[in-house]
Amino acid sequence: MPTQLLFGAEVFLNGLMAGVLYALVALGFVLIYKASGIFNYAQGVMALFAALTLVGIMDGQVPFSHLINAMLGTDVHHFGWHVNALISIILTMGVMIVLAYCVQQFVFRHLVGQEPIILFMATIGLAYFMEGFGDLMWGSDIKKLDVGLPQGGSFWIEENSQWLGFGNEEFYGFFLDQLDIVATGIAAILVIVLVLFSQYTKQGRAMRAVADDHQAALSVGISLNFIWVMVWSVAGFVALVAGIMWGAKSGVQFSLSLIALKALPVLMLGGFTSIPGAIVGGLIIGVGEKMFEFIVGPMVGGATENWFAYVLALLFLVFRPQGLFGEKIIERV
Amino acid sequence: MFYREAGDFKTSYVDDNQTFPIKFDRYRYYFVLFFAFLIVPVVINDYWVNAVFMPFLIYSIAAIGLNILVGYCGQVSLGTGGFMAVGAYACYKLMTSFPEVSIFFHVLLAGGVTALVGVAFGLPSLRIKGFYLAVATLAAQFFLVWLFNKVPWFYNHSASGQISAPERTVFGIAVTGPHTSAWATYLFCLVFVTICALLARNLTRGMQGRKWMAIRDMDIAAEIIGVDPLKSKLSAFAVSSFFIGVSGALFFSVYLGAVEVGEAFGINKSFLILFMVIIGGLGSIFGSFAGAAFLVLLPVLLKNVLVGMLGWPTDLAAHLEFMIVGAMIIIFLIAEPHGLAQLWRVAKEKLRLWPFPH
Repeated sequence: MPTQLLFGAEVFLNGLMAGVLYALVALGFVLIYKASGIFNYAQGVMALFAALTLVGIMDGQVPFSHLINAMLGTDVHHFGWHVNALISIILTMGVMIVLAYCVQQFVFRHLVGQEPIILFMATIGLAYFMEGFGDLMWGSDIKKLDVGLPQGGSFWIEENSQWLGFGNEEFYGFFLDQLDIVATGIAAILVIVLVLFSQYTKQGRAMRAVADDHQAALSVGISLNFIWVMVWSVAGFVALVAGIMWGAKSGVQFSLSLIALKALPVLMLGGFTSIPGAIVGGLIIGVGEKMFEFIVGPMVGGATENWFAYVLALLFLVFRPQGLFGEKIIERV
Repeated sequence: MFYREAGDFKTSYVDDNQTFPIKFDRYRYYFVLFFAFLIVPVVINDYWVNAVFMPFLIYSIAAIGLNILVGYCGQVSLGTGGFMAVGAYACYKLMTSFPEVSIFFHVLLAGGVTALVGVAFGLPSLRIKGFYLAVATLAAQFFLVWLFNKVPWFYNHSASGQISAPERTVFGIAVTGPHTSAWATYLFCLVFVTICALLARNLTRGMQGRKWMAIRDMDIAAEIIGVDPLKSKLSAFAVSSFFIGVSGALFFSVYLGAVEVGEAFGINKSFLILFMVIIGGLGSIFGSFAGAAFLVLLPVLLKNVLVGMLGWPTDLAAHLEFMIVGAMIIIFLIAEPHGLAQLWRVAKEKLRLWPFPH
């Protein structure tokens, strides 16, 4: 059945693209986990918050307008200007850095040395807080994010892959979303930049030193506080990129924060401590869940995407408890 | 002054091992039981039962269950919502298949079914540890919710995909369905809470509890001194899931009456129960109650203050509620990572010495 095979190939390609987006979110997790041992559940909400802020700045929304209106009885909504996309992205990055500083200063500085589970719970509290804060600041309605990324299917690929059908009437060429293709490119650039940053800059090396051993890093004069703020900022940047991609795809709304849940199995599969792991894991999960939905989904009533990634990761972990690229877990008594 | 063990002579080992070694505590405990069973049902009304007491009691059971797993056995689980759903659907199937059996046994059996499911999903815990396990239990959460949505047998092929509890009685008094009275449902839940709390307390302070705690503290070391990790971990999963299943069954049949699985037993429920356990205090039965009370009362209080007294729009209040709950959790974790139970313990220590400084 060549048509089925071709459809399968299309699903495979789309899965790869989706996988890249998952990997993008997972990257933010890995960065923070490596540097501070914090499993940051708030990563998804950070993406939502970044996207909300970006849209708000671009449209010139008045922050907290709903709150101000309710308390003072005024009726303000917009400043009435529109900001260029690039400037808004830079401003949003500034907001994310301020956020990173606040998170470090007010939350995690006081929780140094606590058990991982406590830190994890704190990030869930942070996620709740930021979700409420973002909605309070920018309103909870669904917003359209348009930073000039191309939308819709790519006709070029569709036309140029039509010959694969060999005259088969049912096959019109591969359908690939232009946005996904751009996202793949951006994600690849982001990963390269991150790798270069952590390998060749002073701050990047300091970051790796902290990830390796907190106390040793501290004793050679690296400021843990600074590094942690920096790591949260970098994670905020990754969240911003992820927020732009997902926001451009499906609008900026609450469900954006749920991509964190999509990234968790990716992390498990790839290992919590490995950047290549996050990428490979993302691709495996993206392809796996799309193919499973394509092949098995119709037999069991569909919507298998909700759990397939988790079950796959679970089965995988039973055979390799540290994930694909995670550090080997050595236990001593 | 009154709160001390002086003058309270223990003459047997049984006396020595009792839950409340101090006389004042014992009387307080009897008083709380007396108050909860005899005074509250008389004065209670519908609003208080539905807004405060029922969620508190039902979440307490779930929190005790999760506390056994996380606090005593050290296995972090995020699948609570899914296990509650198992309890609810098992209870529903039992209620509709065997209408002549008392609902009391249905709820217990639903707990039993959940225990089996819990053991099945607990099996990977032998290989997977820490955060990997926490995320792995999410597989249970998503898979179970999906299963109950997709397989019509579970909701008896009803058109809406919902399950709704038929009317069932205990001693001729309706406890489920539309014609219940506040005190009956309250008492029904209270009985289960009391049984579960007693059971949990006695399990955790006995041999089984000590095995769990050994596994929690260091599983390899525990294995070397002869604790079987397979049995201990799986029994923790089983007992914990039993409690969570009971609470899910009550949540569906007595409290809500009709549920849609994704809405009532979603991932947020898992987090909510975990919050209760952590805020209340890991490894403490009292903490489970305190955490449940805290997280049930906080939103009710916030809503009353913000919407009722200040007259703000409800969506604004909802956002603020998110912020405040999030901030409270963080503040709590910073101020007292061991939870309300630890505060209570410190207060009791202080009280034992009072009015003397040392």
